[in-house]
Amino acid sequence: MIAETINNKNEKLIKVESNLKDALETGKFTVTCEIGPPKGAEDEEIRRAAEILKGLVDAVNVTDLQSSVMRLGSLATCHILKEMGIDPIYQITCRDRNRLALQSDLLSAYVLGIRNVLALTGDFTNVGDHPQAKPVFDLDSVQLLWAIKRLEQGYDIAGKKLTVKPSFFKGAVVNPSADTEAAFELQLIKMKKKIDQGAQFFQTQAIFDADLFAKFMERVSKMDVDVPILAGIILLKSEKMANYMNKFVPGVYVPEPLIKKMERTEDKVYTCLEIAAELINKVKPICAGVHIQALGWERYVPTLLKNLNLG
Amino acid sequence: MILTEHKPLSEIIEKLEGEKKIFILGCGGCPEGADTGGVVALNNMKNELEKEGKIVTGIMSIDFLCQKALIRSRIKTVLKKIEDSDSILVISCGIGVQASTEVLNKICHPALNTKTFGGITGMWQGTERCDACGNCVLEYTGGICPYTACPKKLLNGGCAGQSNGKCETDPERDCGWELIYKRLKKLGQLDRLYKFILPRDYNEMLPSAKLRKSKLWALDEEVV
Repeated sequence: MIAETINNKNEKLIKVESNLKDALETGKFTVTCEIGPPKGAEDEEIRRAAEILKGLVDAVNVTDLQSSVMRLGSLATCHILKEMGIDPIYQITCRDRNRLALQSDLLSAYVLGIRNVLALTGDFTNVGDHPQAKPVFDLDSVQLLWAIKRLEQGYDIAGKKLTVKPSFFKGAVVNPSADTEAAFELQLIKMKKKIDQGAQFFQTQAIFDADLFAKFMERVSKMDVDVPILAGIILLKSEKMANYMNKFVPGVYVPEPLIKKMERTEDKVYTCLEIAAELINKVKPICAGVHIQALGWERYVPTLLKNLNLG
Repeated sequence: MILTEHKPLSEIIEKLEGEKKIFILGCGGCPEGADTGGVVALNNMKNELEKEGKIVTGIMSIDFLCQKALIRSRIKTVLKKIEDSDSILVISCGIGVQASTEVLNKICHPALNTKTFGGITGMWQGTERCDACGNCVLEYTGGICPYTACPKKLLNGGCAGQSNGKCETDPERDCGWELIYKRLKKLGQLDRLYKFILPRDYNEMLPSAKLRKSKLWALDEEVV
């Protein structure tokens, strides 16, 4: 049986050195971006994308085998970013590792200087390129946050004492566009549970409808919680990509008018950045920042941010 | 025969917190054979709950609680007592708890942990409703098992992968958490979704050598 509580009186947490945390605390409109590691034993692509984003955004997420596709790891990539002087956000999912491996990787991340962690459940194995793999899901995302909290208190899940305890700036994900009453309410309830277990910031699944996002934020404001939320913005590269995401990417839905807009345009890059800028300007007054998923178009992020004039 | 073990009494009492009037429902099938159910177990449980200051509104043993039609036909005489209760304590395997919740429209607390499906199963000849996980949490999820209803076996709410109430793993498959939400809403028990559930103990999924050797094994050896 797992011990539920650990006596942690007089335990002071170490100050976390996180650029992301500092940015959110100053109250400025925070921008994060994301890098998806390549499917190969190389770091050239990552370094190129990272060079573009360096100094431009407050922190950079590294996805953890996104869409259940086997590729270079999140931990190693975060380490490279850290060395390049970028504040990485280490995405860690429950799909591929049991509680021993998750906790161990968190300790590894800490000794490598990684301070931001984004805890996720992860897509199911059969949406990716190894559908035959054993799905692990030993913990869920709420339990993973709980586990991180315990590590910070100096104990592992089994209640064994750590020699040195880590300290993280902990994030989680919420989907503001869940399409049924049950799914929407469950997202809000799970968000509350994540906050209760230590989530300090949220990055949302990609949004495409500012009004829908506003409705979500309205509900969050009634929850009596004080956690910064960064709206997820995907750079929509083409109508083909939109259709693909609607069909195959869990939790993402691109509305028809945007697909049409991409279909009609002569300049995909211009329209893509226009759609993103419009969305960001609409959500700017109601959230703490945005999380931009450029999906290979990192080179256009500088133009996008320049056009936004975020100050 | 589905093999079950008693949950510790302290756990049962903890989960009945805030509920005063309890109806006890027992399965006369597998649990009787496994020495976890039957009339003796029902009476013992009644005494224990009364010692804890609970009012036991009634007890009833039904052979094969996994069979909804049998529950419906037997329950008629005690329907009033059940309606008058805050919740029901069910002494059966996970499948029986699920059938009871669906038929009776009340929160049903599992009194047992289901350990293994060794041997001849009860009336419901399938394992798709129960994982024999050994740490039953069915009262938090309105009698729908999160281990069998959700491919990710999520315990603290659904993932963001559902679409129109369907699962990301299979567009034909209902999202288990969608079903759990709807059931708890119907029962007026949505607050239960806020309860943080700890990681499951996989050790409980390893039945002891004794439990793994069901009566069927003995029969096999005798005949040969």
